[in-house]
Amino acid sequence: MFYLQIYLDAQAHYNCFTFFYSVMLHCGMIEKTDKLISLLNIGPNSDYFERIAINDIECLCQLCARGTIILVNHCELEEVFVLVTVHVKGRTECYECQPKPAPKTYPVCTITSTPSKFVHCIVWAKDLLFAKLFGDKNQENDLNVHSRDAASSSEHAADVFERRKDEDFDQYGRRIYDHVFGYNIDVALSNKETWKNRHTPKPIYSKDVLPDKLNQLNGNLDKSGVTDDFSSVSAMVSLGLKNPQDKWSLMESSRIFLEALKLFFLKREKEIGNLSFDKDDQLAVEFVTAAANIRAASFGIPLHSLFEAKGIAGNIVHAVATTNAVVAGLIVIEAIKVLQKDTNNYRMTYCLEHITQKMLLMPVEPYEPNKSCYVCSETPLSLEINTNRSKLRDVVEKVVKAKLGMNFPLIMHGANLLYEVGDDLDEVMVANYAANLEKVLSELPSPITSGTMLTVEDLQQELTCNINIKHREEFDEEKEPDGMVLTGWEQAPPVEEEEKSNGNGETKKDSEFEEISEPSAKKRKLPEVPEGTDLDVPNVANETKKQKEVQKLDDDDDDDFVMFDDHWDSAKNKKKRLQ
Amino acid sequence: MDGEELTEQETALYDRQIRVWGADAQRRLSKSHVLVSGMKGTVVEFCKNIVLAGVGSLTLVDDRMVTEEALSANFLIPPNDNAYGGKTIAEVCCDSLKEFNPMVRVSVEKGDLSSFGLEFYDKFDAVVISCCSFTMKKLINEKCRKSSKRVAFYNVDCRGSCGEIFVDLQNHKYSKQKLEDTVECQLEYPSFEEAMSVPWRVLPNKVTKLYFAMRVIERFEDAEGRNAGEISIEDLAGVLNLKKELCEANSLSVSLIPDTLLERLITSTGEFPPVCAIIGGILGQEVIKNISGKGVPLKNFFFFDVMDGKGIVEDISNPNTGS
Repeated sequence: MFYLQIYLDAQAHYNCFTFFYSVMLHCGMIEKTDKLISLLNIGPNSDYFERIAINDIECLCQLCARGTIILVNHCELEEVFVLVTVHVKGRTECYECQPKPAPKTYPVCTITSTPSKFVHCIVWAKDLLFAKLFGDKNQENDLNVHSRDAASSSEHAADVFERRKDEDFDQYGRRIYDHVFGYNIDVALSNKETWKNRHTPKPIYSKDVLPDKLNQLNGNLDKSGVTDDFSSVSAMVSLGLKNPQDKWSLMESSRIFLEALKLFFLKREKEIGNLSFDKDDQLAVEFVTAAANIRAASFGIPLHSLFEAKGIAGNIVHAVATTNAVVAGLIVIEAIKVLQKDTNNYRMTYCLEHITQKMLLMPVEPYEPNKSCYVCSETPLSLEINTNRSKLRDVVEKVVKAKLGMNFPLIMHGANLLYEVGDDLDEVMVANYAANLEKVLSELPSPITSGTMLTVEDLQQELTCNINIKHREEFDEEKEPDGMVLTGWEQAPPVEEEEKSNGNGETKKDSEFEEISEPSAKKRKLPEVPEGTDLDVPNVANETKKQKEVQKLDDDDDDDFVMFDDHWDSAKNKKKRLQ
Repeated sequence: MDGEELTEQETALYDRQIRVWGADAQRRLSKSHVLVSGMKGTVVEFCKNIVLAGVGSLTLVDDRMVTEEALSANFLIPPNDNAYGGKTIAEVCCDSLKEFNPMVRVSVEKGDLSSFGLEFYDKFDAVVISCCSFTMKKLINEKCRKSSKRVAFYNVDCRGSCGEIFVDLQNHKYSKQKLEDTVECQLEYPSFEEAMSVPWRVLPNKVTKLYFAMRVIERFEDAEGRNAGEISIEDLAGVLNLKKELCEANSLSVSLIPDTLLERLITSTGEFPPVCAIIGGILGQEVIKNISGKGVPLKNFFFFDVMDGKGIVEDISNPNTGS
């Protein structure tokens, strides 16, 4: 029996998984048992023979560190283009070796004041307006960012989103409408500098778009009141708009906006204050589509249908059955090689949309492990340190946590545990470790001196590495302020740091910002190999290496975790050893 | 675009794929009719793909009874003995396929492919056959060509770790995205018989050895009067003899068809599920391209071999006429 563990992103690749599963089943690689169901949702902290991850980036990064075996499918289904790769410790580079493009982010001021694309309007409608009206009131929100300068208007902004006592929903909706689409634009227009080289937006007030007596126009509300079922509440239904592919006129968007707002208060009042945007929430999608389109109209940006807006707002991953089937087949073929330890024949395969060098499926050899990467190469790390003066705490803080990024480290010298972190430690151990932290390295119960090899593990990431200790007396205070030097290690690409800041130098508050990726950014060019080149695999590999990239996955999807195993008792082994 | 709008239900169900190929393509798909014959692993994968994609109807032809062997690569047959008492493979598969997507009309046609008249083939937009003899492939392809409207013809065969797809779209028009513009393009396809009559020596250099190897085995089975796949390692000597004859007749070097490849093809006649998934996926994609008129269809052979992992497209047509 083979032990296989399969990780995958639940919604986007549910299909891929089922096909994969059925293919595996028919290969006799797994047996269909009732256990499958009971094994769903077991955490990744177990020790297995082989592991396979499909499209779960979080899991992947941890698995790479563990040196286990992984197959990935990167989906770029916009062009029905996919890549299946294999990552095996010691044989190929790790998943993280390839630079991944930072998720597309937008400066706050683009979203709040100067949108130029429809996606900016969507982000504004979803992350600012929707969050302000229906989300957590304590959450900071940049919706009124530009009116901060005008001190006189700040009070006006503070309570405008609160519904006043006895205010009816139409009045309230129109007040919000006039504030965000009219007043706020007027305020922004007062700053003439901003609009010198930009399209000047047009403030939109509800009275200019809609007749005063709106109620008589859309008296259909009662129809939608028949049921209180959450999913059936729809402003489109109340207004008789059916086709999600249609682009609404400004008037239709405005009516949807007011209707959706009213329906939230009438039908779903209990949820207000806790709502966050969900692409499967029809009313939320309607509201965001309408708001984004009104804003787009104001800024002279082309309008979009609900169908299109939903795709942008929900980061919907395109999926077709045929591509999933091909990918599932390729994954199984690689999985079989992995299980047979057929290491020389691992391939990464491009599934191409256009025939390239006569091929639709183009296999290339996986890249060698990267010598400068401590995850995928086995180069031990080396630490120069004054073992007679530095404390264990210095090593933990400055190296293990700051550089290796381990949050739950365990440090061993041979078989002796010097330090560990965890919830299940008894008091004596905790006191013991705390005492060790304050000790100078050479005075530890198991002394660390020049030539000592330390083993450092992170339980959470299941990452292990060895550090060779070299004693050194003096350090340059300016060049080596840590009083120690770690070699064999390179700074990871600073992806996360970029995410945290934006054009204004402000810090982002809303993590949703980073998740919006622009569809056009996904385009990927295929490698061009000079005419007359034979189908030489390494050559292709060089050409394509630069172009590998991965698409940030839809974070709306919950990550599910599935595995097949008969011997999951071994999951406990690790724990036992540590106690 | 002609025809009705997609229903709300369709738009919701096909949301993710409409984002790939657009509402027009989805509308064309939902009005299309597909016939398949030979319910083995690859065809079953293909059926699942186009049922999920949302074709209008799918008709299955396979009067064989369910056997142990049929179970091995056919995931549409539930591994439960009671479920298919007295039913044909097509009937069992039909029941399972309906569950994949209730919006597609899946049905069974009893009888033999060769016995169906032209008016039968008229009803379909695409015909996919598998496990057919050389003669049968030519016959069905001809019937598709004689039909009053354009019926796309596909033949698919898997032998162990290798697979082959043949495509005849006759005269196919499609739109292609070139930078900002959509360009109308047209392709002329040869029929199976025409493709087979193209002499090997006029084929471009470096045509995959799988093409020749598959032809040798196909001719061998045909000459012996066997059904497709009725071949084993005991036939190796005969197959190698035929290879020599064919190579001589076509002035092709015998080294272009390695004996080891022929041996591999006739040894593993069973189907290999991941290969079925890949070939069935590619075939599904091609049929969808043809029906929707979107994307460049392949012309006119596709080959996949697990050994090198390449999915190769070859154009086997008369270099002078292109068809």
